[in-house]
Amino acid sequence: MQTNEAKKSSASSFFMKIVKNQCFIPLATLLLLAVFNLIADPSFFKISLGYNSAGNPVLSGFLITILDSGSELAILAIGMTLVTAATGGQDISVGAAIAISGSVLLRVLCGTNSRPETLQAPIIVAFLVSCVVAMLFGAFNGVLVAYFKIQPMIATLILYTAGRSIAAWINNNELPVISEPSFTYFGEFIPGIPIPTPFFIAVACMIIIGIVLKVTNLKLFTQAVGINESSSRLNGLNPAFIKVLSFVILGLCVAVVGLIKVSRISTINYSVIAKDIEMDAILAVALGGNALSGGKFNMAASIIGAYVIQFLTTTLYKFNVQSDALPAYKAIVVILLVVISAPTVREAFSSMTKKLKVKEVA
Amino acid sequence: MKKKLLSVLLSTAMVAALATGCGSSEEATASTEDTATEAAASEDTAEEAPAASGELIKVGIINNDPNESGYRTANDKDLKAMFTEENGYDASFAYSLKNDEQITAAQKFIQDGVDYLLLSAADTAGWDSVLQDAQDAGVRVILFDRTIDADESLYEASIVSDMDKEGETAVNWLKEQGLSEYKIIHLQGVMGSAAQQGRSGALDAAVASDGWTLVTQQTAEWNAEKAQQIVQSVIDSGESFNVIYAENDDMAKGAVAALDKANISHGVGKDVIVMGFDCNKWALEELLAQNWNYDGQCNPFQASYIDEVIKKLEAGETISEKVIIMDEKGFDAETITQDDVNIYGI
Amino acid sequence: MEDNIVLKMRNIHKIFPGVHALQGVDFTLRKGEIHALMGENGAGKSTLIKVLTGVYGKEEGEIFLDGVEGAVAIHSPQDAQRLGISTVYQEITLCPNLSVAENMFIGRTEGVYQNWKKMNTETDRILKSLDIPAKPTQQLESCSIAVQQMIAIARAVDMDCKVLILDEPTSSLDEQEVAKLFKLMRDLRERGVGIIFVTHFLDQVYEVCDRITVMRDGKLVGEYPIKELPRVQLVSKMLGKELDDLSDIKGEQQEYTKEKGAVPVLEAEGLVSDAGIKPFDFHIDKGEVNGFTGLLGSGRSECVRAIFGADRVLGGAVKMNGKNVKISKPLDAMKNGIAYLPEDRKNDGIIGDLSVRDNIILAQQVLRGFFKPFSKAEANKVADEYIKLLSIKTASKDTPIKSLSGGNQQKVILARWLFTHPEYLILDEPTRGIDVGTKIDIQKLVLKLASEGMSVTFISSELDEMIRTCSRLVVMRDRKVVGELSGADLNQNKVMSTIAGGDK
Repeated sequence: MQTNEAKKSSASSFFMKIVKNQCFIPLATLLLLAVFNLIADPSFFKISLGYNSAGNPVLSGFLITILDSGSELAILAIGMTLVTAATGGQDISVGAAIAISGSVLLRVLCGTNSRPETLQAPIIVAFLVSCVVAMLFGAFNGVLVAYFKIQPMIATLILYTAGRSIAAWINNNELPVISEPSFTYFGEFIPGIPIPTPFFIAVACMIIIGIVLKVTNLKLFTQAVGINESSSRLNGLNPAFIKVLSFVILGLCVAVVGLIKVSRISTINYSVIAKDIEMDAILAVALGGNALSGGKFNMAASIIGAYVIQFLTTTLYKFNVQSDALPAYKAIVVILLVVISAPTVREAFSSMTKKLKVKEVA
Repeated sequence: MKKKLLSVLLSTAMVAALATGCGSSEEATASTEDTATEAAASEDTAEEAPAASGELIKVGIINNDPNESGYRTANDKDLKAMFTEENGYDASFAYSLKNDEQITAAQKFIQDGVDYLLLSAADTAGWDSVLQDAQDAGVRVILFDRTIDADESLYEASIVSDMDKEGETAVNWLKEQGLSEYKIIHLQGVMGSAAQQGRSGALDAAVASDGWTLVTQQTAEWNAEKAQQIVQSVIDSGESFNVIYAENDDMAKGAVAALDKANISHGVGKDVIVMGFDCNKWALEELLAQNWNYDGQCNPFQASYIDEVIKKLEAGETISEKVIIMDEKGFDAETITQDDVNIYGI
Repeated sequence: MEDNIVLKMRNIHKIFPGVHALQGVDFTLRKGEIHALMGENGAGKSTLIKVLTGVYGKEEGEIFLDGVEGAVAIHSPQDAQRLGISTVYQEITLCPNLSVAENMFIGRTEGVYQNWKKMNTETDRILKSLDIPAKPTQQLESCSIAVQQMIAIARAVDMDCKVLILDEPTSSLDEQEVAKLFKLMRDLRERGVGIIFVTHFLDQVYEVCDRITVMRDGKLVGEYPIKELPRVQLVSKMLGKELDDLSDIKGEQQEYTKEKGAVPVLEAEGLVSDAGIKPFDFHIDKGEVNGFTGLLGSGRSECVRAIFGADRVLGGAVKMNGKNVKISKPLDAMKNGIAYLPEDRKNDGIIGDLSVRDNIILAQQVLRGFFKPFSKAEANKVADEYIKLLSIKTASKDTPIKSLSGGNQQKVILARWLFTHPEYLILDEPTRGIDVGTKIDIQKLVLKLASEGMSVTFISSELDEMIRTCSRLVVMRDRKVVGELSGADLNQNKVMSTIAGGDK
């Protein structure tokens, strides 16, 4: 009898542990969506192997699409999580910054001719240049936030407004088109590998950030600055530097996503590329249970959050929801999240489980 | 100290970049005086001494942001090439996507005493009073590209595309293909825009009358990525289709990217017919390579029409028909030539 | 309800995850009495008050109020306020960016309409009657902390309360201000208000209170009329053991004698910062304990902040062990072996949401650099070591520091700096707002560290604490160093007269 009870309580404490884990909410949402799709139409989970027009084997299916498109978001979520944690604000210029870095990338690849027969520079060089540019723009945002003490949303509003014009200006308003097939590898498939490349790029980014968080103090310092700037300074940290650093890292993420985006269609449309992606990235951070007011963060939860959002988007597309209505559905998710994570609801929830426990014991 | 200096330099550089960035693109509203002299200066001015500046016809041109689309870029280039000093014009440009900013710019042009006000309005409503002011000040107004809700007496001419006709031309072409069945993916532009309404209207009518099937009808908001996701979603669900009717070239390109990924053949004599609009140069090249089947023109070259109208008015003639509809073509991959690409590609 | 009883709490239980914070506590408050609620940190005083004021719900128990039939339900601070229970908390909970008058009246007006003029004249009247040096239209954050505190009290007093709770109101006030507050409390007592007074200052308890309720570890120890409970008894009840007489410490202190020819550990000349202090000279020798003393606002904290580089240093020269060093930011000071425990624990000390472990390793981690994080195992080992060494009471080393009691938070911050193994330790008000036991622990620790060769600068508002611990005192007045006392001069009278000045 006693052992039974002990088991029960250890089981329920195990359950509580799971519920308390930050990854719980995004994973539970994912599960909910998966079950919904399973009931509505199991073919959602079908994955089939085919060949693309270049004759290479590729996997296709909704799940592959989620892995593919969600990877862009996952990469951005990494940077956005750090910015959120360090500054307690969000960068809303991500989409515009992607337009800039994509534009730079194409500019370097194309040189002066907007439709070159051969690439004017190796892709890696163009990518590195776009990284530098994106990091500089990140630093610009960071300096406004850290040194001029402008609220992040306001500071990044500048680039949000001007970014796409800057992107167009970089290419003299022309629309460069790349005809080199190897350029499409980054956004589509590498010949012979049936899984979309963006997923591999995202995994690489996750591994890199994982290692960085392990071998440096990025996490501790970022959290400390985000929670209490004054204390951090008295502990020898330079809060302004940490904040700028977080924006620069986000800039790097932006450049990577810029490469994927531009590679997907081998060209760019300045006014619509990565439109509203910043909102999805911020949503991913929130869905991961990270406080948008900064401080503690959980990187894994943000990344899972990103894929969950793509899962939602793809599900809605599957059910033929008008794509201009998607933001409304996402808004509902945000509202639910905010309500669930509100302290009053949490308290009510925990007191409910406690009562259940008391009953169990009785 | 070093760090501080660096950060200052950095921010200055950024601000400079921003400033030039804005300058090239949004050269906005009130202070805009991006006079065509700049363009003129670069070309050889020595040739055939232009009329003394007093005799130049002063025009104020209010347009949408040229970055908005390839169409707009081509449109802006065309206008800039036409309204030069060599051609006897003194032109000022103002750009905005917002109606109120455009109205402010119009008021400024009227104050500056331009002879003609050329207007591509961001929104159809709200122009009556400012156009009345123009008329009182003796400024003549010519609308291009977009119509407005105002009395016809307030402007001299309106040079527009007929979006309905563009749609009909395309749908008629599609009918002629004589497919045994029509299963169409319809990618719409931003809902409510004139181009979307015209191009969707014709297709909807044909679907109703000819019993065609719409596999999906979705707005991709002129956006290639969204179009790709929508088509991907149809492919993933395993439904079959044989026509992609995309209301602009970007969306057609996105759709084709999804087809390529799934190895669905497209183009002349292949499984799926691909249709686009706007005649971007790269799109016409796709036609030439027979990867796409059809591209409908949305003529951005209104400058010569406007020039003609102004010449007539200056000569004291009257304009009989106020609404001037431009010629617009539809290109078929089987008949398009390299010359077409060079001439009509934007 | 008995005639003169205004508040009765019976069998109150409150459970937090993992802690049974209140275990059947009873509390009774009579009309026109000042009732001290005493206990060490973690005894449950703050929790009891938060239950009374509706900040926390309770698991069990009943609350009765004079003039209300049956047990009252208090679910929110608004409920409590409506029932006539007003509170002034230890940490100021007003809105710093509103004006003084707005803070006085916020949440009290009926309807949307607000008569600004009336509000300002009314506030002016209240401020004048209580002798508070502030203007109604002044922004609250431009007032000193002491004045903010008094405004908070004035606000509570003005709300016609039956029960006034003062939770550590005096910890940021100097003696004159405390005297003013006591006068006010006695006036209110005459008017029949029941006052619950939570404090750590024993002197103050015996000065104004009528009755004492002692709590320990979430339980009620007992309720006593003040005359029946001598100090030693009180302290022993609070600690739950016989307390070593405070004079014991005095015995441990050894007269500091400087080694001949030894160079000072730190020597500052003409040091001045942007915090408004006059340039000052300062030095400290190896193994010495000295202190800055003076009234609130005399500039004692600003001096040590200048030494640590916490404020912007405008001029002056600093030598460490005879060598010139440049300290322009905290990291420079840390690299030179200086550690600084700041005065404002909540805003400058703790990183609230981080765990006890991360809070302990933070400073040393910054010193090690960005690319050399401690491994989890190392960090855990360090945390365990210091939790044991300083007997920090925490559920685990993963507990966020903000959920610890004030005294334990302070110990964590102390652990953080000890872990950097500093040569020179600056402690600015380490004993503020913490319990008697911890206070003595910290004083003993300071002396022990000094005997091991560490130099320590110790600042406290409690003069006897300073005299007991320091062998030399730098006295400040009006942001200027006005004297230095050591040896036989180091007594209460001499220090006070130096602070007051004008004796010559």
